[in-house]
Amino acid sequence: MSLILDHVSYTYSVGSGYEVKALNDVNLKIEDGEFIGIIGHTGSGKSTLVQHLNGLIQATSGTIYYNGADIYDKDYDRKELRTQVGMVFQYPEHQLFETTVFEDVKYGPKNQGLDDKQATLRAFEALQKVKFPEENYDASPFELSGGQKRRAAIAGVIAMKPAVLILDEPTAGLDPKGRDEILGLIREMHDKSGITIILVSHSMEDVANYVDRIIVMEKGAPLFDGAPREVFANYKKLEEIGLAAPQVTYLMHDLYDQGYPVDPQATTVEEAKQEILRVFGNR
Amino acid sequence: MLKDITLGQYYPVDSVVHRLDPRVKLFGTLMYVICLFVADHVAGFALMTVVLATVIFLSKVPFSYMVRGLKAIVLLLVIAGAFNLFLTPGEAAFTLWKISVSWAGIKSALLMVFRMTYLIIGTSIMTLTTTPNQLTDGLEKSLRLLNYIHVPVHEIAMMMSIALRFIPILIEETDKIMKAQMARGADFEKKGLVNKAKAMVPLLVPLFVSAFRRANDLALAMEARCYHGGEGRTKMKPLHYRRIDAVAYVAILFVFAASIAVAILY
Ligand SMILES: Nc1ncnc2c1ncn2[C@@H]1O[C@H](COP(=O)(O)OP(=O)(O)OP(=O)(O)O)[C@@H](O)[C@H]1O
Ligand SMILES: [Mg+2]
Repeated sequence: MSLILDHVSYTYSVGSGYEVKALNDVNLKIEDGEFIGIIGHTGSGKSTLVQHLNGLIQATSGTIYYNGADIYDKDYDRKELRTQVGMVFQYPEHQLFETTVFEDVKYGPKNQGLDDKQATLRAFEALQKVKFPEENYDASPFELSGGQKRRAAIAGVIAMKPAVLILDEPTAGLDPKGRDEILGLIREMHDKSGITIILVSHSMEDVANYVDRIIVMEKGAPLFDGAPREVFANYKKLEEIGLAAPQVTYLMHDLYDQGYPVDPQATTVEEAKQEILRVFGNR
Repeated sequence: MLKDITLGQYYPVDSVVHRLDPRVKLFGTLMYVICLFVADHVAGFALMTVVLATVIFLSKVPFSYMVRGLKAIVLLLVIAGAFNLFLTPGEAAFTLWKISVSWAGIKSALLMVFRMTYLIIGTSIMTLTTTPNQLTDGLEKSLRLLNYIHVPVHEIAMMMSIALRFIPILIEETDKIMKAQMARGADFEKKGLVNKAKAMVPLLVPLFVSAFRRANDLALAMEARCYHGGEGRTKMKPLHYRRIDAVAYVAILFVFAASIAVAILY
């Protein structure tokens, strides 16, 4: 079970005078159960890339294989693919439309052909999973706070029980607390149910703390691809393309450069704390 | 998909025609349309063909782009042409089954098709080389005189430019909403009227909500910057005639005179 991108390129508005080459020969392999962060500067092609994965955008050239099957094949059921590869977009406002949150979450399962009872069950489970406050199940989705809307939107997608969940900037516009809650939730879902998660984000800090693999996009192609500590080792290059490594990377490198025997590759605050305690603790 | 709709369809290249003052282009288009209806002889066709070819060449917009607008009206052209062909009385040129086709019919069908085709191509040069903003600016300035009879020209122009500005935004938004709902299994290609209408709800509700929110935000932003209508308002990019515009005016008037002359002579 995996997603494979084979020489995928994509150009927006072909033949209009406004052509934009958004993806440039992308080759990737995404295994089952991975937790991946995709980061990159504005306009680097992150959103375009992930929209390929569930067939919402069709590559201008190249192919994508999901579980070994070519998704551009004439007989391939792309509607089914979209329920397998769930996608939460950046703005929850783009998908909420029903009169109540609960009804809205039921929309996806109903489209899958489930009957009302099963859909209700799915919706309930999904809302529980995202820890949506129970007293608001019957509220209008337009009256929620930003964080609640986001939760409702995520619930709307996970109610379809996808095998792969893509989240495009799920923390945009949230305060630090809301951000940590949402990301914690996603991590929890990943650890409990083992689904593949692909998280698109601007922020290294977010990504470093939660994901197992980072793909850095630059000008429509992956620049780095690896575990966070491997990627952050290139922090000078990351800065050149307008991204910054997490704060602790700088601290650890500075300490290391001053001759302290810390491991400069610590990427999370927790790891850094351990390292610093190890080196300075017993003085 | 949706995003391929090119409304307003400005084609961004730098050419003489693009740089002309929008008022010149509006005037030119008007004159061109009048010339088209004056012309009813091969010589007139030839003159308009030369004029059109020259302008297309100068505008640097690919020809395939110009004819794109024609696709939409091919059916209309065929029907209108057929009506003229078969229903114009006169001396019969030949007979198909029991329907006779007159020379006058052939002539008026040809005229009809020629005029419509040239009309579409000519006016699309205007929209392809002028941004919607320039266009409304040009209109506002050209129609200034109507202010004296209390037509709110500025307000109308402002509404036009806001509407034009919002079209691409709303198209983009529609595209995004469609994608978000398709990701939840929505199917916008369902068969049957009721099913189709039902499928539209998840698209239209977020679209309306966002359109109203945007309109509200815009109104607030305009008020916060003390917008109070056209009186005493200055432009960020005022329209100024340059020498090339004068040249263009002379050329337009020359073509106009020539086509009147051709119409009288033949
Ligand atoms: N609908 C569209 N039509 C034309 N060009 C587009 C469209 N969407 C994106 N682009 C262009 O494609 C490129 C990649 O865009 P994309 O949205 O994938 O970037 P991104 O990495 O997601 O950026 P952000 O972090 O701002 O969301 C950009 O240059 C953008 O201008
Ligand atoms: Mg994006």
